[in-house]
Amino acid sequence: MTLREKIVALDRPILKVEGLTKRYGPRIGCVDVSFELYPGEVLGIVGESGSGKSTLLSCLAGHQRPDLGRIAFDGRDVLAMSETERRLLSRTDWAYVHQNPRDGLRMGVSAGGNVGERLMAVGARHYGQIRGKAADWLGRVEIAADRIDDRPSAFSGGMQQRLQIARNLVTAPRLVFMDEPTGGLDVSVQARLLDLLRGLVRDLGLSVIIVTHDLAVVRLLAHRLMVMKSGRVVEQGLTDQVLDDPQHAYTQLLVSSVLQV
Amino acid sequence: MIRIDNLSKSFTLHNQGGAVIPVMGGASLTVAPGECVGLTGQSGAGKSTLMRMVYGNYLAAGGSLIVGDLDVASAAPREIIRLRRETLGYVSQFLRVVPRVPTLDVVAEPLLALGTAGEEARDRAAHLLHRLNIPERLWALSPTTFSGGEQQRVNIARGFAHAYPALLLDEPTASLDAANREIVLSLIEEAKARGAAILGIFHDESARARVCDRLVDVTGFTPKVAA
Repeated sequence: MTLREKIVALDRPILKVEGLTKRYGPRIGCVDVSFELYPGEVLGIVGESGSGKSTLLSCLAGHQRPDLGRIAFDGRDVLAMSETERRLLSRTDWAYVHQNPRDGLRMGVSAGGNVGERLMAVGARHYGQIRGKAADWLGRVEIAADRIDDRPSAFSGGMQQRLQIARNLVTAPRLVFMDEPTGGLDVSVQARLLDLLRGLVRDLGLSVIIVTHDLAVVRLLAHRLMVMKSGRVVEQGLTDQVLDDPQHAYTQLLVSSVLQV
Repeated sequence: MIRIDNLSKSFTLHNQGGAVIPVMGGASLTVAPGECVGLTGQSGAGKSTLMRMVYGNYLAAGGSLIVGDLDVASAAPREIIRLRRETLGYVSQFLRVVPRVPTLDVVAEPLLALGTAGEEARDRAAHLLHRLNIPERLWALSPTTFSGGEQQRVNIARGFAHAYPALLLDEPTASLDAANREIVLSLIEEAKARGAAILGIFHDESARARVCDRLVDVTGFTPKVAA
């Protein structure tokens, strides 16, 4: 039995969210969101701009504090943790991939440094090992070894996004938050990134929450889908079922509005 | 292996005045291990709808739909995901893949998802592609650029990579030439011989006669529409 199978065999949710609510004064961010995420599962969250999907993600990732609700990671109450505990979590078991790689990378530091920095943040000190591990991860995200000392500002958008993923995954997180990870990329680069993400999810047993407005991306990447409208989850289920047999009026509209290629 | 009982389905079109369209009622059938059951009925009678419901792609409105020991009609998404990974394969009419992924990896993917080692999974994929006459020079390319018949054969290779105990086949021999059709029919016969329960749609009558043990006409499951 591999480690991954052992984790899967535990068969209990890695993340359990109940009644999560966030308001901005009189405006609704998200209301009464509940779901469970299991190890190795990819959950897609879709909805138009202003539907609350980004608010939800930032509450889950600890960037904002929800007004109401509970979040349990691995049985631990996240909202009751101290700031120090939560920071440690976000450097170790959690990772956050931003839509714009510039928000997740340090642009003035080399590619190898960007990956190594996250290792050092969790206590790695041996230069040779850090560089070796950084080089290994650059290879996994298909960045050529001879670019390790280049700064991300010299990289294309697709390479920057892959570097951000390497930086996030080097500490072997178990839960990855992604905000429109393929958003600013052209389609051929998107395809390569999707393939990379699928392989990493499968091989590392990652759990992923991915927010996007791109239904084609979630179809290929997400096992399950939540559809949000005006801060509420209006429908959730198996990704292909929600897309092919949508039950809610809004989901039907969303699915039928996609242009066919 | 597959037991469908009094299954019904309707579509509610919220954006077209909330019209409710009943498409199936009282559907019942069984498929035993090692048996192949063919669905018949005119185009639009609900053959593909029934297959999609068995796969969990369409939600059932009522009734039960048991595959192995799971009732797909009431199962949680993650139970269906597991069923699809381990027990229930589906060869649809269309290939849906991440663009730019090599054909060999597309075919090996169901095995990799089960934890099969990379080399073993690719060996099995290579064996199937070879058998289905996909030239080796194409294996490193994405199937999205292939002809219809080639895509269909890649789809079949992918569906037969893992020895699923239950298989859904939606026109597996459509758009194939005689030689390849023969190979696909042998694959189906071999799957039956190892005990797979198969539910299929075959427009090709001689193919149907050769592999199907029984036929079920879905016209009997179509609700009577009031005029």
